[in-house]
Amino acid sequence: MTRRYLSRTVLPTVLTYVGLAIGLVFAVFPILWMFFASLKSNTEIFALPPQLLPKQFTVAAYLAVFNDPTKLRFFLNSYLVAGAVAVLTVLIGTLAAYAFSRFSFRLKNALNVFIISTQTVPPITLLIPYFGMVVTFGIFNTYFALILTYLVFTLPYAILLMTGYLNTLPRELDEAVLVDGGTSWSALWRVIVPLSVPGIVATAVYTFLLAWNEFLFALTLTKSDDMRTVPIGIELLMGQHAFEWNQMMAMSVLGSLPLLLIYLLAQRYFLAGMTAGSVKA
Amino acid sequence: MRLVPLAYVAPATALFALLMLYPMVAVLRYSLLDRAITKRNAAFVGLDNYQTTFDDPVFWQATGHTLYFTVMSVVFHLLLGLAFALMLNSERVNPTIRSILRVLYILPWLFTAVIIAIIWRLLLDPEGVVNGVLMSLHIVDFKVEWFSSSSTALHAVTFVNIWAGYPLYMVSLLAGLQGIPRDLYEAAGIDGANPWQKFRHVTIPQLTPIMISVALLDFIWTMQVFALVWMTTGGGPIYATEMLSTYTYKLAFSRYQFSLASASAVLLLILSMSVTYFYIKHQKAR
Repeated sequence: MTRRYLSRTVLPTVLTYVGLAIGLVFAVFPILWMFFASLKSNTEIFALPPQLLPKQFTVAAYLAVFNDPTKLRFFLNSYLVAGAVAVLTVLIGTLAAYAFSRFSFRLKNALNVFIISTQTVPPITLLIPYFGMVVTFGIFNTYFALILTYLVFTLPYAILLMTGYLNTLPRELDEAVLVDGGTSWSALWRVIVPLSVPGIVATAVYTFLLAWNEFLFALTLTKSDDMRTVPIGIELLMGQHAFEWNQMMAMSVLGSLPLLLIYLLAQRYFLAGMTAGSVKA
Repeated sequence: MRLVPLAYVAPATALFALLMLYPMVAVLRYSLLDRAITKRNAAFVGLDNYQTTFDDPVFWQATGHTLYFTVMSVVFHLLLGLAFALMLNSERVNPTIRSILRVLYILPWLFTAVIIAIIWRLLLDPEGVVNGVLMSLHIVDFKVEWFSSSSTALHAVTFVNIWAGYPLYMVSLLAGLQGIPRDLYEAAGIDGANPWQKFRHVTIPQLTPIMISVALLDFIWTMQVFALVWMTTGGGPIYATEMLSTYTYKLAFSRYQFSLASASAVLLLILSMSVTYFYIKHQKAR
């Protein structure tokens, strides 16, 4: 009886907890290491034996970042580009999603398949012609180059997310506006948009993150320090002085802040965006 | 009236034409030219660039590395994601602990490739904490240069990608697990199924559609990896971690061989699109 109880109940429970503990170390230790390294002095980072917590907490690395206009500019650039991309994407994406959700039209199916498949086109394949286009348009090394090209991967997301969201709103709502003699345009703005705020927020949040994280296009389509975004800034820091680890970690912590904040404050929206492509709502 | 929906999709369609259709045609055209972009009237050379690409042993190495990296990543993402999802869904574990761990286990997903690269460059530095721990446990007896030795670099990069990517599976499968109707388990219990049989005959079949779609999407995206490799090894040492994306990037933007780069970019596109075909087919069937 007791042995049976042990092997049937206690043992699996203990094993599950052990598994969870191992998983926790695996998932979180590297992140904690980064965080605490940003609060160490540079000499302490490689001290032996290795220690997670700094012996001497210091914010010197953060002060160095905040006192460097070049590095602050990276953050400003990232906020501007990601913000603009989020606004444009939500606007254009919502319009398209409205058509997908409320109308049937020719080419709808083809367009839908096209949008899904654009999510899987390799960025490097697009980058080569983008380089030529951006130079031709005279927008190489400008915000426009990034904002325009980022739309290619944010829009499909936005359209899929927003179409899914609009499909959950009852059609009677906007039909009521049409019956009263309103146009579909006024139905969109008076009824659909106000009701879609949660979907719009989720879309904006996720597109902001996609743009914030982008690396390849930013690396290639900008050139001067004053146009670089945070990921490229970190890459440059790595190349220039590969030994200022604490500053690189401080930049990484600061560069991850928007994601951490959004994740912790709006977890539901974040998860919705994360699984949009894989779990059907 | 029939034009109304077209007006709503017009801005998006115009952007897709500019940013997707035109570039695809352009890259295809470049790949058939001699020295596209850099030469004003580049000549049409047919499939020469593809021939050159196929004759380049580095291209095949890059293909091999990309496949290894992708297959290993997808397999371990799936295994880890499933294991974590099952543990987080287990009723043996205190619900408060579960919800806290659920938040923490997603953390690797939050960080962008560049930051993931930098974290692991610090951890896997020859003088870093991983070597420190392994040496004190006598698992290795010298300072392994994880990213700069050609025997470990590819495995190290793959490991880092596994660490960074499992949460997508975990979150999707957790949602899937919570969506399995309880009566299925009860019915299996009445039929005398033990926990393993319930897992094998209820849980797994119920999760399979989710696993297939996440794995296909992950396969496509992992195949296109750039930032992580670029920031950890840059494709080196020598060509030890060269991937199709870094190979293509270097051809275009270090050597300015845009035509050759376009040929290899088109080949990567064809690979991605053939997996996408299965993905779309699967999504439609669901």
